[in-house]
Amino acid sequence: MVPVVMDSTRSLARALAVAAYFLISGCATMQNGDPRDPYESFNRAMFEFNEGFDDAIGKPVARGYKAVLPYEIRVRVRNFFSNIQDVMIGVNNLLQGKPNDAVNDFARFMINSTLGLAGLHDIASEAGLEKHKEDFGQTFAVWGTEPGPYFVWPFLGPNDLRDTVGLAVDIYAAPVRWAIDDTATRNWTAALFLVNERADLLDATTILDDAALDKYVARRDVYYQRRRDLIYDGNPPRPPRERPPGRESRSEAPARGSAPYADAQALWGTLPPQEPSNDDAMISASQGMQQ
Amino acid sequence: MIRLLPMLVAGGMILLAGRALAAEVTPPDALVKMVTLEVLEIVSKDKEIQAGNVQKVIGLVEEKVLPHFSFESMTALAMGVNWRKAAPEQKRRLVHAFRTLLVRTYASAITSYRDEKFEFLPLRAKPADTDVTVKVRVIRPGRQAVAIDYDMEKTARGWKCYNMYVAGVSLVLNYRTEFAAEIRRNGIDGLVGALEAKNQKLEAAAK
Repeated sequence: MVPVVMDSTRSLARALAVAAYFLISGCATMQNGDPRDPYESFNRAMFEFNEGFDDAIGKPVARGYKAVLPYEIRVRVRNFFSNIQDVMIGVNNLLQGKPNDAVNDFARFMINSTLGLAGLHDIASEAGLEKHKEDFGQTFAVWGTEPGPYFVWPFLGPNDLRDTVGLAVDIYAAPVRWAIDDTATRNWTAALFLVNERADLLDATTILDDAALDKYVARRDVYYQRRRDLIYDGNPPRPPRERPPGRESRSEAPARGSAPYADAQALWGTLPPQEPSNDDAMISASQGMQQ
Repeated sequence: MIRLLPMLVAGGMILLAGRALAAEVTPPDALVKMVTLEVLEIVSKDKEIQAGNVQKVIGLVEEKVLPHFSFESMTALAMGVNWRKAAPEQKRRLVHAFRTLLVRTYASAITSYRDEKFEFLPLRAKPADTDVTVKVRVIRPGRQAVAIDYDMEKTARGWKCYNMYVAGVSLVLNYRTEFAAEIRRNGIDGLVGALEAKNQKLEAAAK
């Protein structure tokens, strides 16, 4: 999800090494019994570390950035990076078999890079060319790759195994990596990108954390819900038990592109092979999944 | 005179019925649009709300938005199977605590409204449907549009929202794992206690 990170391939490799150590030393145990999260104790430790880092550095820097730069400038920064990202978004749309979306993304890049003054102005959106959000993690999902276990990586945050590999490819393929030769410039560019992103999310994360009983669990559920939505381009099929209990499921138009992806029911575990015929069976099935 | 009374009564009943009918036929998509635009209008004119006056925001939400939400259905959805196991008194306290938590935390999101544009998508449902999803999109420069989906059910008192997705994340379903874990550890009373304690903490922090 973060296409440019300072020498992040290296820190990712380090993170993986740390993870491997924890896994081998057996300090990872099942705590809550969520089948997607077998290394919960390791992940909780990493989560605490990231929270500490965010409290000490991430949030203060983002708040300072927000206080110093007016909104108008921050939008330009956002637009600039957003424009560069459209290239790989287009590539991923091609890889996912959506040529029309890809053409849209490349057209966005061309219009915004020229008429939009190097991407500072998102005039393509105003012209009706929609902004998409695609990455290699989503592409792998569309190809049918299994999600694998859930990990919280230092600095990089929640990613299942599929998204971890996807993120590594995103970073490797990020245009700034090959467009900027000078390491210092590249790192400052990446830092600006990350700070701008963090500043944009300040309100959202505060609300989320305030609302949660258990921040770790809440973030994990948000991650899974959000990724699933992105994989299905905003139209994920909704399992019947998401309706209020005791109510008949309704007729619904089929979701766009609802191919049998590996994680079709990834949100709350996997559905039983055949849909239960009555509410009680459905409810007891969903209970089994939660435990 | 005596003949007039039944006519008055009948007339009154027709009027009442007419009003009930009118309230019932406000279609869910029209309702969402109306309420959203009304709230945005108020927020865009209110300097105190823009400055982050939480009490004022909560007042606005209580008056304009919450009448169109069914917190009982929301709580039931977040509880999943455990809802059936709760006693009436436990249900009452759960609904109250959950409502307070959602309002207190999410109402503040309204204050961050800036130059976003709202797009109201046409409703894809049959006229006889009693359970629909109303789709709204928030468009911001340089960002993917944020989809806001309202799951709504038809009740005797009009259409009520029982679940809300922001960018594919259900604010209600996201509590399911947390609720289930708390109930597994400390029972339904434990969850009631945890929610009420959480609300007290938030209230204390706001002062």
